[in-house]
This record gives sequence, structure tokens and C-alpha cells, in this order.
Amino acid sequence: MSESTAEERAASEVFGSRVARREDIPLLTGTGEYTDDVRLAGELHLAIRRSDHAHARLVNVDTSAAEAHEGVVAVFTGDDVAETGIPNSIPTAWSLPGLVTPQYRILAVDKVRHLGDGIAAVVAESREAAHDAAALVEVEYDPLDAVVDPVAAVSGDYPPVHDEAEDNVAFDFTLGDDALVDEAFASASHTVSVDLRQQRVIPNAMEPRAALADYDPHTEDLRIWMTSQNPHLHRMLLAGTSLGLPENKIQVIAPEVGGGFGSKIYHYPDEAVTAWCSMQLGSPVRWQATRSEGYLTDCHGRDHTTTAEMALDAEGTVLGMRVETYAGLGAHLSQFATATPSYLYATILSGQYAIPAIHCRVVGAFTNTTPVDAYRGAGRAEGNYVVERLMDVAAAELGVDAADLRRRNLVPADAFPYETCVAVVYDSGDYERAMDHALDLVGYDDLRERQAELRDEGRYLGIGVANFVESAGLSPSKAAGQLGAVAGGWESSIVRFDMSGTVTVLAGTADQGQGHRTTYAQIVARELGVPLDSVEVVEGDTDQIPQGMGTYGSRSAPVGGGSIALAARDVREKARTLAAHKLEASEDDLEFENGTFSVTGAPDRSIHIQEVAHEAYLGFDLPEGMDPGLEATQFYDPENFTFPFGTHVCVVEVDAETGEVAVERYVAVDDCGEVINPMIVEGQVHGGVAQGIGVALYEEGAYDDDGRLRTRRMDEYAVPAATMLPDFETDATVTPSPHNPLGVKGVGESATIGATPATVAAVCDALAPFGVTHLDMPLTPEKLWTAMREGEVS
Amino acid sequence: MSTHDITLTVNGTDHDLTVASRTLLVDALREELGYTGTHVGCETTRCGACTVLVDGRALKSCNVLAVQADGRAVETIEGVANGELHPVQEAFQTEHGLQCGYCTPGMVVTARALLDSNPDPSREEIREAIEGNLCRCTGYHNIVDAVESAAATLREDSA
Ligand code: FES
Ligand code: FES
Repeated sequence: MSESTAEERAASEVFGSRVARREDIPLLTGTGEYTDDVRLAGELHLAIRRSDHAHARLVNVDTSAAEAHEGVVAVFTGDDVAETGIPNSIPTAWSLPGLVTPQYRILAVDKVRHLGDGIAAVVAESREAAHDAAALVEVEYDPLDAVVDPVAAVSGDYPPVHDEAEDNVAFDFTLGDDALVDEAFASASHTVSVDLRQQRVIPNAMEPRAALADYDPHTEDLRIWMTSQNPHLHRMLLAGTSLGLPENKIQVIAPEVGGGFGSKIYHYPDEAVTAWCSMQLGSPVRWQATRSEGYLTDCHGRDHTTTAEMALDAEGTVLGMRVETYAGLGAHLSQFATATPSYLYATILSGQYAIPAIHCRVVGAFTNTTPVDAYRGAGRAEGNYVVERLMDVAAAELGVDAADLRRRNLVPADAFPYETCVAVVYDSGDYERAMDHALDLVGYDDLRERQAELRDEGRYLGIGVANFVESAGLSPSKAAGQLGAVAGGWESSIVRFDMSGTVTVLAGTADQGQGHRTTYAQIVARELGVPLDSVEVVEGDTDQIPQGMGTYGSRSAPVGGGSIALAARDVREKARTLAAHKLEASEDDLEFENGTFSVTGAPDRSIHIQEVAHEAYLGFDLPEGMDPGLEATQFYDPENFTFPFGTHVCVVEVDAETGEVAVERYVAVDDCGEVINPMIVEGQVHGGVAQGIGVALYEEGAYDDDGRLRTRRMDEYAVPAATMLPDFETDATVTPSPHNPLGVKGVGESATIGATPATVAAVCDALAPFGVTHLDMPLTPEKLWTAMREGEVS
Repeated sequence: MSTHDITLTVNGTDHDLTVASRTLLVDALREELGYTGTHVGCETTRCGACTVLVDGRALKSCNVLAVQADGRAVETIEGVANGELHPVQEAFQTEHGLQCGYCTPGMVVTARALLDSNPDPSREEIREAIEGNLCRCTGYHNIVDAVESAAATLREDSA
């Protein structure tokens, strides 16, 4: 193998290059298998009868007409489920002081708490029959007043969503030093304040959720294919909290997953019911959500009502911030529902700025709405939005340029690691460099001139600059545990040579379009010096991969990739020992380059790592005490979060006649540390920007006062289409994470975090002549038109 | 429930099948015939994940009854590649015009129909042509790049 040097060199350069994605061909030809494409013999179909009321007591559930429908095999109610004595609980995964945790059952009993709460499970021979029969389940309700707004919910004017929380408060969380903040405000020369609403948004992964459960009553094995971002967590929760099965009897398979953005992290009642039905009937049972069902049941995101204040001195230096937020949690506590608006939100409120005092209070409120949980950028998006809006409002009130005010307050490049006053340590950063670069790319000064010219013509150009910092890869486990997490933030991977010298990576993360199979192979190709094509990556099957935590919170590259790199290095070290033995040299005298171990000063005495692997499996001649085989398992538990950052600039023009927003330009400079595959990183940025603009301009999961979701179909909820988005101009700076084995930071969510405040800032800036400093999202033409009509042109 | 005997020609192969009046074309393709490359994203004709070609025209198969396609030629994503990737598919890979791939079959089929009728579309025209196909992952930028680049390849091929 020593002759294949060109190939080896190619392998060593593979990290950091635009390698084409190996996952693409099946997806492009229609052979990629998603959950609803898997077919088993004898499948039955499940439809779930859902509540037509936002809040009501269940007086009676009559299943007789549904049972009599042609093709129906069984109809189950919440009481039927409860009677089987299973734990029957959908858990929340993060506890907070004083947290109220009512039982969240897999089908409702006694009461329904939001439109779409599951009442009965109807299993039939065909999907059509199941849906037809579900409509025949007769439900008698005793309606109660519903509340959808988090502030109203805790006002005492509405009946409790759960008897356990009479005031509808699930938690009341604070972080930061109140007294210090008071002092800052007392000594300030300027204080500004803004009331913000971060509306409820709905993830809308293009593939609706689905599950196919196959329980074998003889072996008592449960196999379930599902749309999952974390099959191992789903295995654990199905076992321990919903069904009460032995974990080692459950296999969770996440085949191709058509997008998640958070919505496929959580253990929902639906997948548990699917499995439970299969257990009752001893047949495979399939559940496929319709899109309208998805709007009612996929966890929504955001839903914050906030008052935020900032204190500044005469030079525009920020002295302190005070933030009070009412966070809507929906009717049930979903998995990260408690972590997202508390720790993931309050700890990032400092943004990119050196702020000496911050205090944050968050009241988590139960409402009669779909559960709210982490959506792309979770918590960090909401937190950065608050500080960025304050920056803009402050700049307007102080009469300074918004980019300027930001620059004055940046954490300087030589201050890292930087400890904020809200309990995190930023690992590394060079904020000004990324900001300068973004402003250069967009031609900031010229744009400001152009803006002035256009204003004279009655045209309204707006330039929005947003700086952001993200905390990615929730960790370390010990700290998370101390703060209330029920699971750690480690990741586990196995890197395994086989006898013929090819490598298999078993990764505990789970892809939903991020291209893990490509980037992970790039990591291994570099670490082991083997050709990219020799590396196979396996994900998404708990029977193949022993342990894992999954993919969310931008953790795959930094934490998953970290564990893979470390496992590969363990493999390399064992190979080194064996190579030294084979070459009759000391390990210290061995160099390793492009997969080849060679003796320093004697390059002809060399052995390629793939040959070493072969020897390791032969086992004929191993050093004393060495076991055969060449593989390693790593549980990597990072010592800190990573903190990706960047600056996004959005340029819009608002039509003065119609209020319509045209996004003219979008410049994104992201720093996610080392880049494994620039093409994939860019793709993540594009998608993230699209979703961030979507939140700012178009998207809203809107309820009426009675708790009826008004956006229940895709034509009622504005998922941005191609004509609603511009071309994107992206670039990167590279500030490696000092504590990550690869120097990577993660990029999945950054762009969404940056895009929303940048876009809102641009629109508000466009409307500055009308006296606008802030408007709440989504910035619909109607809202802007009204603001312009009401405003004074200055 | 009344049923109908129909013939669908899918990617050149004739299939005789019996469908209910209300059976949608997408369900006939996916459930009856196993062409699972065509996806369902919304069932309300908004997302375009289910787009197929019927007699060469791009249609959303969640909005067409199977009986309406009786006797017609249907092309699904499985029929686009002919031994090797179609230039549109190739361009989607090269330009990274897909991530999760769920919208991709519908996108590719729509792009193919566009390029049949307009071999040299502007970026604006491409955006308009794919307006009925939602993608939640890519932000469209790279999809537009892919269609642009496929158009160039196809023009060269036919020159
Ligand atoms: S599934 Fe047909 S358009 Fe969405
Ligand atoms: S690639 Fe995921 S929806 Fe388009």
C-alpha cells in the first residue's frame, strides 16, 4: 500500500475541502428511504382522534361508531392506555427550582388542554379507514375558558391548565445580580427600554413526523422506525417513561429524516401510542402525521413576551441590562421546554458585548396551546434578539450609528476566554474582525449614503446589522446535571478498522440533512490518513450503535465530531504500538503521515495503517499484552460549550405604498471555528438565514382568543418560498475553539440566530423616518403600512 | 365505495390497478405501486414535494385523482435518472442544492419541466418556477444555482 501516495495525500487534504456529499445520490434518485417509505407485511394504520377544543373536560368518549366502521381493528382511549399500567408519561428533561410537572399522558384522560390533544387511537387496515373512523369517535366535552397568551395565563383571570399549577406558572426563574443591575441603572446617563414579542413559530420540517412500530409478542422485542433526531434518547424515553419496557428490548431506527430543526428531538405521545398499539395488537402499526396534524402537534418555537431595558453611560458604553420574560410553554411540558427559555436564553443575553451587570427573570406559563419547545436557535435566538433590539433602540435614542454603538461594546479579541456576567465562559472569538468583514462586504458606508439619497426620493432603504454569539454543544455533563438536566451532553462514537483496512464509524448523532456521513468521513480520513472512500459512517440505528445523544443544539460537529476524532486518535495510537512492533522500532521514533508509520530517518522502514489493521486482526504477532482488533469507543464530554459567532447584515427596501419588504441583499459572516466542509457549512448558513428571515418577516403560529390555531395548513402559514428570499452572500472568519479536539464550533443554528435580528433591524431602520424604532414580528406589509400611516415623516 | 380499473404508465412501465374514486395519484404511486420517491409534504398543494410529470407537465400528485391519470404517462423521480444521473440531478449534487432531500424529488421534477420549456431561464424565472416547491433546508440559493448550471449543461449537450 505504500505506493498509493497520491491517494493518501488526497485523503490528508480532505478535511476542510468541498467534498461532494455521499448522501446525495439516493436522495436525488428517489431511493432514499424515509420512515413512511418503509414497508412491513401486515401493517395496520393508526389515526389519532384529536381534541376539537382548546380546553375542556372530557365527559364521555364513545368509540362504538368508530369500532363498527369497515376495516377498523381496534379503538383505544386514554383510559384504555392508563389501565395497562405503563408509566404513561411524556417527560420533560430539565428540572428547575420549584418546577411544576403535571403528568403528560400519551392519550388524554379527564381533560383536554390544547387543540389537537390526543383522545383516542384508531387502528385500521388502511390509512383511509383509520382516518374515517377517527372522525366517528364521539366526544362529549364540557368546555372551559382557554388562554393562549403567556402574560394573560398567569394573570389569575383564567382557569388553570393543570390543577397542579393554579396560577399557571410552571417556573419562575432568575439569573444574574439584581442589586448590581440596580446600581448600573442608577448611575446611567441613558436608559432605554423596549417591549418585545417573539411570536410563536412552527418548525415545518418538510417531512411530517411518522412512526412504524413492530412489536413481537413472542420475543417481546419492539422495533420502531421513526423521524428522530436522537434515536437513543427516544429508546431511553420509550423504555423508561412512556411504555416501561426494558431498554435492551427496543430498537429505534431513524432512516432518512426529512429535516427536523428541533421538532424531531422530542418524545411525543404519538410515537409512544403507535408503539403501544403495536404491543396491544401484535402487528406492525404505522402512523403518519398529516401536515395539518403537524401544525397542531409538532412542538412550536419561541413565544416570548419581554420587557427589556438597557443602561448606558454618556459614551454609549452599556452598563447593565434588565430583562423580564413571560415564556409560553403550551399545554404540556415538552422535553426541553424548561431549558430553552431559562438557561439557554438567559445565559446568552450578553451577546457579543462586555456588559458588567445583567438580570433576567423568566416566568414559564402553561397555556392552552401546542407545547412549545426548542426550534432552531432555541433560547440563543431569543436572547440575542433581545440584546440586539436593545442596541438598535439605544442607538436611535442616542443618535449614534447602530454599527458604531455595537463596536464600542464588543468583547475585545484579547479578552478570551471571556466570562460573562450571566454564567458562561466564551471560549474564543474575534468579534470585531467578523463585523468589519461583514460591513466591508456589504459596503456599509456607501449604503448609508445611498439610504440618505433614496430617502430624499421617498424611498425607504433599511440596513440592519446584527452581531450574535451562540452557545453550541450543551455541556459539560456534570454542570448540566447540576443545573437540572436529566441527561448529559456527551457524545459517543466507535471507530473501527476491519481486517481489509476499511473503517466504519458508528456515530451516536443522527442526521436530518446536515451531511454527517460526509463530514465525519472527512474527519476520519484526516485522522487516520486513509482514503475517504475507505470510510463508512453509520448513524440512526440503536441496534448498530450502542450509545448516543443525537443531533440538536449544533452539537454534531463539535461534540459528535469531537468523539469521532478522539476515537480515531485512540485507534491510531494502538496502531502505532503495533506498527512499532512490526518495524522493530521504538514508538517514539515513528512518524505518522498520510496513513503511513515510518521510522524517523529511515523512510523505507514503513507500514501503512491499513496493513497494521490487517495484522491486528490476524493476531499472529502482536506485542506482549495487546488484544487483537483495531477499534476504539469514545465518550467525549466537552469541557465547555463552543461559542460560534458572526455578523449578519440585511438590506431591505420597504415599499411606501404597500408596506411590502424586499430583501435586497443579505451578507452573512459566520465564524464556526475550523471548517470541515465549507460547502456544507455554507448550506447550513443559507438554510439558517432563510428560517431567520422567515421568523422576522413571514412566519407566525397564530391563535385566536379561544385557543383555535388559525394557521393549520401550509397555505395559512408562510413557509418562505423561493420568490420571498434573496441570493445570499456568505463568508467566514476562522477562530478555532481552543478546547475542541478539532477546533470546530458547530454551525447549524447560528444563521437563524443572526438573521432574525438583522432583518428586523433593517426594516425598523427603513422606517426610522416614520419614527419607528421597534416593531414586533412578523413584519407583515399590513403592520408596516399602518406604522407608516401613523408615523410622522421626519 | 366505487372502484375503477385504470392503467398508469409510470416511467415507461404499464401498471393495471384498481383504485377507489377518491384515491389520489400520489397514493396510487406510493402505496399501490411502491414509487416512494414521490413524497407528501402537505397534502394541500402548497409544498410541491409530490410533484410528478403527467404527459410531460409538472403536476402536484396530491391534487390529482388516480383515475384522472388513467392512460397517461407519469414520470416520477425514479424515472428521471436513466442509468446515470440526469444533468439536473448532477447539478443538484454539485451545487449542494439539497440537504435532507425530502423536497428534492419534487424540485428536480419541477426543474426538469422548467428547462424543457425554458432552456435559458434567469435566476428570477427559476425562483418563480420553483415557487410552488417549498424547501425548508437550503434557503433556495443553491437550488437556483443548480438549475442555472443544469440549464447550461443541457444547452451545451443539445448544441
Ligand atoms: S404534498 Fe402535494 S403539494 Fe405538498
Ligand atoms: S432539502 Fe430538506 S426540504 Fe429541501
